[in-house]
Amino acid sequence: MSDTTTAPPAPTSAPKGAPATAPTTFIGALEIDIRFLGMIGALAAIWIVFDFLADGTFLTPRNLWNLSVQSSSIAVMSTGMVLVIVMRHIDLSVGSILGVTGMIMAVFQASYLMPTFGFNNPAVMALTLVAGIAAGAAIGALHGFVIAYLGVPAFIVTLGGLLVWRGAAWAVAQGKTIPLTDDNFKLLGGGADGSIGATWSWVVAAFACLAIVFAAIQARRQRQRFHFPLKPLWAEVVTISVGCLAVVAATLVVNAYTLPANLARRYAESAGLTIPPEGISISFGYAVPVLVAVAVGIVMTFITTRTRFGRYVFAIGGNPEAAELAGINTKRVTLTVFALMGALAAIGAAISTARLNSATNAQGTLDELYVIAAAVIGGTSLAGGSGTIAGAMIGALVMQSLQSGMVLMRVDTPYQNIVVGIVLVFAVWIDTVYRKRFK
Amino acid sequence: MNNLASTPVATPSARAGTPLVEMRDIRIAFGGVHAVDGVSVDLHPGEVVGLLGHNGAGKSTLIKILAGAYRPDSGEIRINGAKADIGNPRDAKRYGIETIYQTLALADNVDAAANLFLGRELMTPWGTLDDVAMEAATREVMGRLNPNFRKFKEPVRGLSGGQRQSVAIARAIHFNAKILIMDEPTAALGPQETAQVAELIKHLKAEGIGIFLISHDIHDVFDLADRVSVMKNGKLVGTASTADVTKDEVLGMIILGKSPPGAVAGPGASN
Repeated sequence: MSDTTTAPPAPTSAPKGAPATAPTTFIGALEIDIRFLGMIGALAAIWIVFDFLADGTFLTPRNLWNLSVQSSSIAVMSTGMVLVIVMRHIDLSVGSILGVTGMIMAVFQASYLMPTFGFNNPAVMALTLVAGIAAGAAIGALHGFVIAYLGVPAFIVTLGGLLVWRGAAWAVAQGKTIPLTDDNFKLLGGGADGSIGATWSWVVAAFACLAIVFAAIQARRQRQRFHFPLKPLWAEVVTISVGCLAVVAATLVVNAYTLPANLARRYAESAGLTIPPEGISISFGYAVPVLVAVAVGIVMTFITTRTRFGRYVFAIGGNPEAAELAGINTKRVTLTVFALMGALAAIGAAISTARLNSATNAQGTLDELYVIAAAVIGGTSLAGGSGTIAGAMIGALVMQSLQSGMVLMRVDTPYQNIVVGIVLVFAVWIDTVYRKRFK
Repeated sequence: MNNLASTPVATPSARAGTPLVEMRDIRIAFGGVHAVDGVSVDLHPGEVVGLLGHNGAGKSTLIKILAGAYRPDSGEIRINGAKADIGNPRDAKRYGIETIYQTLALADNVDAAANLFLGRELMTPWGTLDDVAMEAATREVMGRLNPNFRKFKEPVRGLSGGQRQSVAIARAIHFNAKILIMDEPTAALGPQETAQVAELIKHLKAEGIGIFLISHDIHDVFDLADRVSVMKNGKLVGTASTADVTKDEVLGMIILGKSPPGAVAGPGASN
């Protein structure tokens, strides 16, 4: 029996109960989540089918780049929805929170920050974001308080929130559309300016690969510390290679999307570049909103898997009573989860207002449904207790791929909705079958 | 009633020295129903006290008060003679009180190590979960309890009843419990696993740990317990040393609320 505060000393031999042999199957050795692999497969299948149906217009750098930007806002919010659903709650208000925080940011920027700091002062962007995220977190915390401490079901609280905050969004500017004024803030929306270009994209890719290698080494060291069986070396190499290859492939795609020739010339002239006689090619590279979404995904994955808070969220989702008996303050965790969801909705609002260059009253309408669908398609169980951040982000990409593909096929919006609705139900059915079979 | 512990001649097993736990005149009501109504029990180091009674007699509620899950309306809890203020499960654990619940209280969706350390996670110097250290400690303690246990990476949902039980027990003993509460510990187990739990109880008793053993079935408890306290309708029927009463007499206490001559009658006794 060891002290609770200090780690027990490393045993000198393999601990009792350690498996005698390392896993022998191929998948087992790679420690791959089969469900995640299935989702990547499904995404690939959707892309290939659409490319076929839309006469090769889907799998183009231009479309994939657009897809990445369009998915960002929903992807950011879906990471928070995973925690909400894991805790057996639901948040129907995220679309309205997006609407109201977008409006707050736009008004705050145009009416207060711009006059104070002047045109394109870097502080404007920072303070706009701080104000929006604080407002989102406060709204979420209010929801969380009512749910956790007053005992009103989350469904009702956030259904009320859906109406309240949509109305509040209107009230902030009396229904007017508020244009954004700060050019720095607009970078969050993507576009030619809101992308980092080829060189920086490669820098990001290099860092990503280094991070993958470092994470693998770190995990291996940890296991060595306690003499646990290690992953076979070939499996480590395969995992690292696949990860890095994916990063390189994504970078090649976003760099292959270039500005049209005349725009590129104008851009180069305004930037004071000399144009070679054969013309200039300017790559978009990774869009800023995509980088924001990936950063949010990494931070949220860290929170869910490496922190006490994340562990408690899952434990509460698995067995609320047990969590309570273990001394976890389940009410505070619930409040924090909803506050986090509100903050993420505000980040989503920053991305989508920046993309539109303005905040409108109807912004984010129905987003709650796409966010929930993304989380659920991404393997988050509505029964609570299971779900992954990466899965939800892939889910967001799946949802956006369906929409984008149907737009390319010139399917009318009502029919798009029919397809998306059917796919959602189908995906959850597949998931149910999977759980019955493998759990 | 209140002189139960302080009257050395009351029962041969009433020991000298300060009891590990004294619960005095504990009352709690839920919406007008007196779930526990003026119950007093005590527990000495290295002693096993069986807490018996029908379903709904108030046993589980009483021990949930000791475990910090409920706050009593009135009454006093003393640990090692000093008044203890137990407001939540964390407080109880600070006093060395560990509980194995009837439901086991495991989060089914996380693995054995996460359950074992739930609420008391080991952290790295950077403030992140030290999963590897927790797994190592889990392997160590499970190696003693259940050497055949292998499923360290699986959510506990995938474990058998006995394996789940050993995870719950491991959680209680890993943190140097001084007072162990076991609520129907063998209800979900087969004969072999029940025997293992009995062995474990003897072993822990020898280490000087005081154990409350809660059961509605006298056969589970009688051979293991030094004393039994019987509850009926939220009241204490009586407390007796198992040496002084027969199983039939204890059954009479459980069913009829009749306190036999060998027992110290409580306020709930019908005679």
